[in-house]
Amino acid sequence: MSTRLSRGGRLIDRSKPMNFTFNGKRLRGFAGDTLASALLGADQMLVGRSFKYHRPRGIVASGVEEPNALLGLGRGARFEPDQRATTTELFEGADTASQNHWPSLDFDVGVVNNWAYRFLPAGFYYKTFMFPRVAWKHLFEPVIRRSAGLGRAPVDRDGDRYEQAYAFCDVLVAGGGVAGLAAALQAARAGKRVMVLEQTPHWGGRAPVDGGTIDGKPVADWIKSAVQDLERMSNVTLRNRCMVAGVHDHGHVIGYERVADHTPGDGRPRHRLWRIRAGEIISATGAIERPLAFAGNDVPGVMLASAVRDYVVNFAVSPGDRTVIVTNNDDAYRTAFALIDAGLIVAAIVDARPSATGDLVQKARARGIRVLEGRGIAKVKGTKRVTGVQICAQAGEGAALEDIACDCVAMSGGWSPVVHLWSHCGGKLIWDEARACFRPDATRPPTGDQGQPMVRAVGAANGALTLPEVLADAGGPAADAPAEGPIAAVWVMPQGAPDALRFKAFLDYQNDVKVSDVQLAAREGYTSVEHTKRYTTLGMATDQGKLSNINGLAVLSDALGQPIPATGTTTFRPPYEPISFGAIAGEARGEIFQPLRRTPMHDWHASQGAHWEPVGLWRRPYCYLRTGEGLQDAVRREIRNTRNAVGLLDASTLGKILVKGPDAGRFLDMMYTNMMSTLPVGKCRYGLMCNENGFLMDDGVVVRLSEDSWLCHTTSGGADRIHAHMEDWLQCEWWDWKVYTANLTEQFAQVAVVGPNARKLLEKLGGMDVSKEALPFMTWAEGTLGGVRARVFRISFSGELSYEIAVPASEGMAFWTRFLEAGADLGVMPYGTEALHVMRAEKGFIMIGDETDGTVIPQDLGLGWAISKKKADYIGKRAQERSHMASPDRWQLVGLETLDGSVLPDGVHAAAPGHNANGQRNVQGRVTSTYFSPTLNKGIAMGLVHRGPARMGEVLDFPVGADKVVQARIVDPVFYDKEGEKGNV
Amino acid sequence: MSDAVSALAGRSFQGFARVAEAGLQGMITIRCDLASKALAKGLKGLGLSVPAQRRIVTADAAAALWMSPDELLVLVPYADAVATVAALEKALAKDHALVADVSDARALFRISGAKADQALMKLCPVDFPSLAPGEVRRTRAAQVAAALWQSGENEISLICFRSVAGYVMGILEHSARPGSELFPG
Repeated sequence: MSTRLSRGGRLIDRSKPMNFTFNGKRLRGFAGDTLASALLGADQMLVGRSFKYHRPRGIVASGVEEPNALLGLGRGARFEPDQRATTTELFEGADTASQNHWPSLDFDVGVVNNWAYRFLPAGFYYKTFMFPRVAWKHLFEPVIRRSAGLGRAPVDRDGDRYEQAYAFCDVLVAGGGVAGLAAALQAARAGKRVMVLEQTPHWGGRAPVDGGTIDGKPVADWIKSAVQDLERMSNVTLRNRCMVAGVHDHGHVIGYERVADHTPGDGRPRHRLWRIRAGEIISATGAIERPLAFAGNDVPGVMLASAVRDYVVNFAVSPGDRTVIVTNNDDAYRTAFALIDAGLIVAAIVDARPSATGDLVQKARARGIRVLEGRGIAKVKGTKRVTGVQICAQAGEGAALEDIACDCVAMSGGWSPVVHLWSHCGGKLIWDEARACFRPDATRPPTGDQGQPMVRAVGAANGALTLPEVLADAGGPAADAPAEGPIAAVWVMPQGAPDALRFKAFLDYQNDVKVSDVQLAAREGYTSVEHTKRYTTLGMATDQGKLSNINGLAVLSDALGQPIPATGTTTFRPPYEPISFGAIAGEARGEIFQPLRRTPMHDWHASQGAHWEPVGLWRRPYCYLRTGEGLQDAVRREIRNTRNAVGLLDASTLGKILVKGPDAGRFLDMMYTNMMSTLPVGKCRYGLMCNENGFLMDDGVVVRLSEDSWLCHTTSGGADRIHAHMEDWLQCEWWDWKVYTANLTEQFAQVAVVGPNARKLLEKLGGMDVSKEALPFMTWAEGTLGGVRARVFRISFSGELSYEIAVPASEGMAFWTRFLEAGADLGVMPYGTEALHVMRAEKGFIMIGDETDGTVIPQDLGLGWAISKKKADYIGKRAQERSHMASPDRWQLVGLETLDGSVLPDGVHAAAPGHNANGQRNVQGRVTSTYFSPTLNKGIAMGLVHRGPARMGEVLDFPVGADKVVQARIVDPVFYDKEGEKGNV
Repeated sequence: MSDAVSALAGRSFQGFARVAEAGLQGMITIRCDLASKALAKGLKGLGLSVPAQRRIVTADAAAALWMSPDELLVLVPYADAVATVAALEKALAKDHALVADVSDARALFRISGAKADQALMKLCPVDFPSLAPGEVRRTRAAQVAAALWQSGENEISLICFRSVAGYVMGILEHSARPGSELFPG
């Protein structure tokens, strides 16, 4: 029986009872409880089934190291699996459920694995499920998936919100125990900006439970005054419920604040991820007690000795009436006093050391507690609950000397400093033989940007395991506590435990790894601790081996016959404890998952039924759907209207980069394959941009604005990239050229007015002469159109009479509306990007990203005319002269016309005779753009074909399915208005 | 000019801090040698001087913000932007310089209230306690570029690109939601 004591409980408020449920059972706890203490207080020791053997498991620990008590918490939009009961605060109405059992916690079918343990050794899966291969997918994996795993994934969308925050400080103290508080006081008094982060809701760590005096005062009093002192200092920030999850390079620290886990639904963000830049990090993260490896050390009721006294002192919870304490050190004796002070019974202290003589041991003897020296536990009796222990000689092989009845076993294998934060950025460890632990090696710290030590470990995290040592190490006042005798390293109990005992002596509770598994791995040749970890899964569970790592590597060292430091530890990686995905995502979900770029006309498009197409971070209307229309209907309507009347396109997303300076012409001659320096003021020229490897990366119309300034249009997705490309060359290569650039993309709303009625529409708006004579093709003019400051470019991407007009973005919507109003009787209608694409394909114009994929050079696309032969150089020129680039054997752009008029599927390949080394059909080309042309009433396509332009009229086979081949003829890529008469009016 | 509308037409939100899109603002980018005498003279016409690194210089209705070693941002009333561009171009005519009207390419937000900095601490990797009065910081707000400065007691101004004004309003609203103050009290 575990039960709530009638008196005491340092952290609970008995005046505030709280109701909660466990597997549907209504239970009661108090404000201040953790889920674990509330469960124990309600006699719920059994909280789950183990991962592999489905063994009954109870609460072992009282903090982050807890391996067993992982619960499903909450309901619906607030359900979350794998919540650690020992670190989750109880709140009113909490719904909790155990995991990994079927059909019920008390009766689990999977426990058969437990009887079959001999057949499930380390590496079982690797060894067993090898053959036949097909069985893995259809038999082994489904069965394993059902029997394994912890909690179930939530089904509903997360009902909470999350956020992140940035902070900066000189000194960041991780841990608000006595060491952290002392170190914080010291730094704060030196005038540093200090942040102290504590993962629990309480300050002082475990010192109030363990007792002693600091500065002549009881520890609790000293903690209170230290916190008050820190709170009064304006250079100090104290945050509890905030765990340091990771230490990263350059003093970057991730803090994980559980803002509202204990007050769900109060409207605050549930978690907050702090991204902190700290000058120095003080790791005051304490230590974690180790279990002892004896048979049955996982039976519910076997707990860490420190956890037993935590539950008694902090929560007034008795884990059992009659406790046997088993230890290899003096510290566990404190548990005996806590139990007796609470009126409970200590049946015996089983001390593995041949002789125990410290102050606490003497005190125990003086208080009449039975102390058995040189003894160990041979095995624990009981299945779902401890009923007793068998005592043996620690030095022997487990022959039973006596049975002691008990319902709780408090074990202590010594303490392991929490070296995670020290280690995250490469701090090294040394093995401390006297204390039987790894602790930070101060001579090999993690280093910062100047090579300076970046992390300093203090207190128990630094291996200072007694109160006076802790305070001295942390620079605090003098402290006093009983002197402790030396620990004896005990890794297996009893020392000579035979197979039968080692098979039941667990190292890793969460992953069911036993002493026998690690020893087997060693016999099978796993000498590296990292390999053994992965082979046995030791330390790979969600607790990341907080209890098991040191014991596991000690057992491995023993099996390999080498000292522990020769084996070393596995790597400590962030986060220290699992953190929520919500905190990592922060604000980035829903509407603000990603920036959505909107043109000034965006909302109008939305109101007109725009079907959106993502283009970079923009959304552009793919087409405007009218009632009853399908996408294809809308696209065809928009194309026909543009070809026959007049269409409007929101072209605001096009990149617009201003390039100015005495060397601007020379610069653009390098950027583009064509000659831009000779472009006369007032004219436009289509230009191609290649990267250093000669591949086409962007295109657009370049406009000569004045003697020393050009406006470069880029693709919608390319504006930022091309601007960066320009600045890269200017800043890194041609830093002495006098050129400035400015990305003016968003300054302008740009409207393309396209179609036979385009000029009439512009004339209706009035203010500028847009006649053929005044504004011929590929020229531009500035003026006031329809009362708005405008630049009008006579350019066309559709083959139609076309103008693109740029106006200040703030007036874009008004300007757009003016066209709609004025153009009603001219048949004005907006069109989307798909109509744009089809119309350009009808004209044989290439599209960056369709005809290009990073491996295509302009020469492949029949764009040799846009490559200046006069220029000494341009970016990509040298690459294009390489033999492979200049080869006539490249795939080159052609038009493709199916013999049956159908539309070729996008991306299909043209088959060539024979097969390649992999048994695949040889290919000789592929489709890059393919559409149904409503103008020509048939399918049209463009593609890259081996020596394509030289093969006009040839028919190619395009296999489009298992047995289906579509035949298409190689034709000129210009399908519509080859003479260009439509636009030249 | 009557048809000009700012990106969010002055939308606002009241949380633990007030967030408001500030409407139309004239903005001019200047790129040139910041030591240029012509630049100093051109700015003097606006009552401004050349700001030092990361600093902002303000006059009655105008301000000059240091953006990079060869770039300034000049703020003037929206209606004055075109004329100011012309004046600055004239002043810098003999220098190698670029002057461009970017009034319509940007959006301006004001975040105000005693805890205004707490809303921005959630979005911008900026050490606000060390951000001096008169200091401008180019940074990012969550996933987009931003520039910000203290524009008054308990008021921070933030400039972003116009196309992402809706996104910036969204993240500011999220960050200023009542109850989510970083430091209660």
